[in-house]
Amino acid sequence: MNAPRAEFLDAEPLVRFSGVDKVYANGTLALKNLDLSVRPGEFVSLLGPSGCGKSTALRIVAALGHHSSGRVERPGEGADARGEIGFVFQEPHLMPWGTVFDNVYLPLKLLGKSRAAAKAEVMAVLEMVGLSGFADSYPRELSGGMRMRVSIARALVTRPRLLLMDEPFAALDEITRNKLSRDLLSIWQASGATIMFVTHSVYESVYLSSRIVVMAARPGRIIGELDIAEPYPRDEEFRLSPEYAAHCREVSALLARAMNEAA
Amino acid sequence: MNLQITAPAAAPGTPRKLPRWLAPALDVATPVLGGLAFLLCWEIFVRAFEVSRFILPAPSAIFAKLVAEFPVLLKALLFTATITVSAFIAAVVSGIAVGVLITQHRLTEKLVWPYAVALQVTPMVAIAPLVVIWVGLDRVWLGLMVLAWIVAFFPMLSNTVVGMKSADHGLRNVFQLYRASRWQRFRHLQLPAALPYILAGARISSGLAVIGAVVAEFVAGSGAATGLAWVIVESGTMLDVARMFAALLMLSLFGLSIWFVMGHVQRLLLSRWHESEVSQEG
Repeated sequence: MNAPRAEFLDAEPLVRFSGVDKVYANGTLALKNLDLSVRPGEFVSLLGPSGCGKSTALRIVAALGHHSSGRVERPGEGADARGEIGFVFQEPHLMPWGTVFDNVYLPLKLLGKSRAAAKAEVMAVLEMVGLSGFADSYPRELSGGMRMRVSIARALVTRPRLLLMDEPFAALDEITRNKLSRDLLSIWQASGATIMFVTHSVYESVYLSSRIVVMAARPGRIIGELDIAEPYPRDEEFRLSPEYAAHCREVSALLARAMNEAA
Repeated sequence: MNLQITAPAAAPGTPRKLPRWLAPALDVATPVLGGLAFLLCWEIFVRAFEVSRFILPAPSAIFAKLVAEFPVLLKALLFTATITVSAFIAAVVSGIAVGVLITQHRLTEKLVWPYAVALQVTPMVAIAPLVVIWVGLDRVWLGLMVLAWIVAFFPMLSNTVVGMKSADHGLRNVFQLYRASRWQRFRHLQLPAALPYILAGARISSGLAVIGAVVAEFVAGSGAATGLAWVIVESGTMLDVARMFAALLMLSLFGLSIWFVMGHVQRLLLSRWHESEVSQEG
């Protein structure tokens, strides 16, 4: 299944930042004049050094943070639009007192759906992340990678149009990370959601994204964008291909520029 | 060089693996046997040195006293137990209620907290005469209950407050993302997160309720209120040391049973999810 770029260009953006500034109470300029559009179906990575405001931008999209000036358009503005956005944090942040089922059911419960009515949806999304057999397990009984899968399932259970991921795999070992990255791509294609993915790994972003936005720090700003016009599905072969290596070089060069400008 | 790695042979003195049924049996048998040995030494010591029964009666004499005076002692125990349990329940309910209320608004917490601390640090013995006057000398039991409640209240309150604030930050973000109501946040996030803290508080509180009831009786008790503490005071004035020991024994058995009940409740509620109740498989 190829995801041609032209399709993205036609559609109305799902998220649009126009001249967004974010100033923290202590005076730090976290984001400066940010312009960014994300179209439906895209997999966009925000890549940059720490302190470049990539997580801040993501939190603004989710309304977990507020911008100081500029304009932000995002899904889920109306009262009935709860569940339009899913968020996966750097840590799984599960409820230790609930089973896997309880944890994935949580967003639907908060939206007022009964347990019986939600059962099919919860089981379907557990199947999607490969945890069908673990509905009755408690988080402490699972490995780090499986907990992250539960966290992803929780974010997907409302069938959000937009999935925000804030360095979700940063705390995992490389083998688990690669496996989850590959599975994330199939989840992305199966769910049809748009993904905004924050990372500081060049390799991860090239493997996953249809577009990479490179950011620089102090103040947080966009320094360049790169399309990764390689067809999906991408498998382990892609990681070894010369195209992959070329993209990594290109992105690394852009990132190096971001680091130099900040210094 | 040829490197060979072999499993080390069982070192001499390594304990062999115990059969499955033996471990819990040992948990009970070890302290019981230890206690019996201690009583035996005590008995021998008292007999060998002919210690006066006004100073240290032999365990056999204490046991004889316990049997002879059992109806009186049991009645006293029931009185003390009623005071303790009702004070404890009052402390649990009020501690959780006030703890939950003051964590809903920063302002109420600022308002209430210093006075809760003041109530805690003021010695109960010093308040006792006042409380007895307020409730009236014909209702000393109520005074004892109030005093035991004051002692048991604070751990419940402080643990509830800390527990309510202990909810995972990321989880709070999840609730915020789906625009959870204040009630949803309380019911599904703060209360479950606070549960281990509340249970730990209840365990401390239950022990303090026993202490509170006994000390209150020492201070405020009279012939009208005949709990175990009063039996001890009374026996002391009559130099009936064996009876003092018999009352003490009942008191500590009562305290122990409360402790075990609370431990059991804690295990029941937290068994599958909280680290404190999960044993690591080795």
